Amino acid sequence: MAQKRPISVLKIALAFLASAPLAWLSYLIVLEVAQPTSGLGPDPAEGLLHYLGEWSMIMLLVAFSVTPLRRIFKQPLLVRSRRMMGLFAFSYVVLHLLVYVVLYVELSMQLLLEGFVERTYITAGIGAFFGLLAMAVTSTKGWRRRLGQNWLRLHKVIYLVVPLALLHLIWLRKDGFGDIALYIIWFAILLGERGYQVRKSRKAATV
Amino acid sequence: MLIGKSPKIPTSEIISETNYLNRRNFIGQSAALIAGSSLLGSAQAGLQPDDEITPEDIVTQFNNFYEFGTDKSDPFENAHKMTTDPWTVNVSGEAKKTGDFAFEDIIKGMTAEERIYRFRCVEAWSMVVPWMGIPLKKILQQFEPTGNAKYVEFKTLVRPEEMPGQSSFFSSIDWPYTEGLRMDEAYNPLSIMVTGLFGKELPNQNGAPWRLMVPWKYGFKSVKSIVSIRFTDKEPLNTWQQLQASEYGFYANVNPAVSHPRWSQASERRLPSTLFNTNRRPTLPFNGYAEEVAHLYQGMDLKKFF
Repeated sequence: MAQKRPISVLKIALAFLASAPLAWLSYLIVLEVAQPTSGLGPDPAEGLLHYLGEWSMIMLLVAFSVTPLRRIFKQPLLVRSRRMMGLFAFSYVVLHLLVYVVLYVELSMQLLLEGFVERTYITAGIGAFFGLLAMAVTSTKGWRRRLGQNWLRLHKVIYLVVPLALLHLIWLRKDGFGDIALYIIWFAILLGERGYQVRKSRKAATV
Repeated sequence: MLIGKSPKIPTSEIISETNYLNRRNFIGQSAALIAGSSLLGSAQAGLQPDDEITPEDIVTQFNNFYEFGTDKSDPFENAHKMTTDPWTVNVSGEAKKTGDFAFEDIIKGMTAEERIYRFRCVEAWSMVVPWMGIPLKKILQQFEPTGNAKYVEFKTLVRPEEMPGQSSFFSSIDWPYTEGLRMDEAYNPLSIMVTGLFGKELPNQNGAPWRLMVPWKYGFKSVKSIVSIRFTDKEPLNTWQQLQASEYGFYANVNPAVSHPRWSQASERRLPSTLFNTNRRPTLPFNGYAEEVAHLYQGMDLKKFF
């Protein structure tokens, strides 16, 4: 039986920060319900959808940044927050998907199927969702133990999830790629750091 | 050395004060006209029973006008920077009367009439908008297009210092924004040049001082803040087709049967929608104006010429 560790201040602070966009969103929704078009604009379902989509992307990259940040700042405490940040990202994605299914296409099976099949950006988004779903389900200690070495292999799916999420955004957007450029640069830096670590450890192994 | 640059015309020559006053009168008259027509409750051609006019604050604050940024709220926030007076329009190509014209002179003596049209964006949302406009045919004919004029091309103002979207590093649009119509489309009675909105002067974010409105086509065809009209025998390459020819064609007729890679065109969300009701309704062929315009495309494969 593992010893219960105290929850670190760092972890609480991170949870607080990661929930802030949801708090702000709740405020917008209250405005919107009180007076239509005041909080989320004339197209509130789409406003909500895009807000959650944007934050899903950011949270995904934040979760992906935990491991390298731990290495850079030599801060092992950070890794205890990795699962939490991943689950935050997953929660934003679930909310994004729920808004799409319930509020945007209003549970129309025909529109849903048509979207999944005909709209490549939706296909990419759904692919990313299932990757994250597999990670979220197996994120418990029990699954980690049961899967052993395969757990690490399975969680490498993140290297597919992030590019799929980026494609989802790129294929949707008509023009104005400022935020996307930022996400791609962020992702590229994280990949570069991981590549560097792999090379370093290989070198160490051959010496 | 600069070649082919048009001579600089002093502002005083482009627009005299009387013309300036005429422009204000013109708007005033139009406003009177709209008031009259609503008193009479005149029925508008092609309007469906459930077509309710979209509230003014939505029509003027939810816009796609990428010259001012790509967010729907950017045009409302930034368009006030655009100078629309004086406004010069260059007319060129296959016409007898070409050159630079003051906007006031072009519309002099013409009265804008109210046209309530459905407005369908390619992004699958729609509005119902009370435009004030002049039949496009009336405007184009004064330049006496020749027999070689098969198409007419329009261009939007380029002025990055007043239009922040045009200097954006993250935009892939090659300014000026360009659109075009076949001459018979331009001469269709539904095609108008809009100079007013809700009985008032056309706001900058909606394309002041004048913009095209062709209600049976997706909104991006209705080019805003026009500074160039060119008559040509070749099909103009419009901006969105230039960016993504597989997704946007020249015709861009509203067509529920032709799906777009990013949006289903079978239905649309009529704005304003609420959080729990997207106000979704089926999209009609030619945006419900088939009776007026379908004959223009007889024998054409609309899946190919989308």
